[in-house]
Amino acid sequence: MISRGTAALGALALVAMLGGCATSGPVNPRDPFESTNRAVFEFNDGVDKAFIKPVAQAYRAVLPQPVRSGVRNFFANLQDPWIGVNNLLQGKVEEGLTDWFRFATNSTMGFGGVMDVATSMRMNKHNEDFGQTLGVWGFSSGPYLVLPFLGPSDVRDGLGLIPDSFGYGGFWLPRLIDGPHRVALRNSLSGLDIVSLRAAVLETEAIFEAAALDRYTFLRDAYLQRRRNLIYDGNPPPEPRREEDAGVVPQANAWANLETDPARWIIAERPKHRTAGLVGTSRSVADSAQVVIPKVPANYERVLAVGERAANARGEEDR
Amino acid sequence: MRMRFLVAVFMAGLLGIAAANDVAPDVMVRKVATDVLGIVKSDKDIQSGDAKKVIALVEEKVLPHFDFVHMTALAMGRNWRKASPEQKKQLTDEFRTLLVRTYSTALTKYRDQTIEYKPLRAQPGDTDVTVRSSIQQPGAEAVTIDYSMEKTPAGWKIYDVTVAGISLVTTYRDAFAQEVRNVGVDGLIKKLADKNQQLETKGS
Repeated sequence: MISRGTAALGALALVAMLGGCATSGPVNPRDPFESTNRAVFEFNDGVDKAFIKPVAQAYRAVLPQPVRSGVRNFFANLQDPWIGVNNLLQGKVEEGLTDWFRFATNSTMGFGGVMDVATSMRMNKHNEDFGQTLGVWGFSSGPYLVLPFLGPSDVRDGLGLIPDSFGYGGFWLPRLIDGPHRVALRNSLSGLDIVSLRAAVLETEAIFEAAALDRYTFLRDAYLQRRRNLIYDGNPPPEPRREEDAGVVPQANAWANLETDPARWIIAERPKHRTAGLVGTSRSVADSAQVVIPKVPANYERVLAVGERAANARGEEDR
Repeated sequence: MRMRFLVAVFMAGLLGIAAANDVAPDVMVRKVATDVLGIVKSDKDIQSGDAKKVIALVEEKVLPHFDFVHMTALAMGRNWRKASPEQKKQLTDEFRTLLVRTYSTALTKYRDQTIEYKPLRAQPGDTDVTVRSSIQQPGAEAVTIDYSMEKTPAGWKIYDVTVAGISLVTTYRDAFAQEVRNVGVDGLIKKLADKNQQLETKGS
């Protein structure tokens, strides 16, 4: 699992190098490295098709559903302590404690995590990681990135992967066990983790393939929305409509449009939690940044849509 | 006597229609979902991936509750205005076909999961609401499915579906803008038609 972090770092450096001389012409403002990203996307796709997907398909064909669920539950349980740490870092004490109780409950009564008994005891699973914690603290995502082997990400989430890889139970569990087979155990655990995860999304992939006009664009836009939703724990404010929605940002150099000063990556929209007390300093930073951004009314999207429809109606009457 | 009975039946029919238009949005979504999933659960052909049968089911039970013109307009954003009425019609038709196929693919993957509906947070006079639901799954947090709905003269209609925070309309918006920018509105229509064609040959 160390390789996860180093790969992320390497990818960041690589993209930063290539990005400087890439792309002319229209780009999505959140994806200035689109040409590089597309290349990495194709590479990942090739690796998946050649190695990971066939193994995942075989895994799915051989093992019955209850066994596969058990395997996923086992690895999901190993995530819970780190999810709890992140909830605490985000000031959500109750959620954080729930995650640790989940871990304690499932590790014991759930036979080492193979059964998720905590969910049926109304302790719900959460989805947190360090990238989200950074988001809650007020860091914006930075440009969208496709990381080699790891897939869709962005600068913030890519950096978040480094602490995540150390916090993950699949990383430290083999280190607690002393014995001659430690490395072998660690490698087989990682392998099983990846294959079972890939097998679990085979069906989602079929839906995705049916839906997407351009797989790269579709995955990117889905990823960016998903991450924003996660940072706001499922209740994001309506997204301000971008000027670029018209589709054209003519520019010779993608960097020109990019916030290169990391200090300015601290953005205004920062989720407010009912308990935000734990991270006092970061809060003041984010609050001061909040002044910069104009407020967008909650119904902005709809107002635009209504205006658009009215304009269309007028246009049709003219005929 | 017979006449009065017929009138009574007729009146009841009218009332039924009026009631159907007046159904609360969350009640409507729940009823449609329960009906459709009930059929999927009991139909072996659908479970084994019979594309024609699923599509027929979706067209009959699900489609009437969607406002595809509104969806297409939102996904097109500003480019909607650039399209001629004929192009708008073609766009809506092709987008509808694509969504039906995607939705049908998703339905064949449905296994006995339970859907929970959250209480509707809306005022009596609201004409735009979000119906929230979530699906529990083992070893992961619940997947949320939110339906954005608008009140129209023909009852409540869905104009966007958001799965795990990913809005269908928003996700298509960039893809549509990209195509219009590169190959124009007609190019986008052709791309959608090709995609549908490709899905059809694959499905049958």
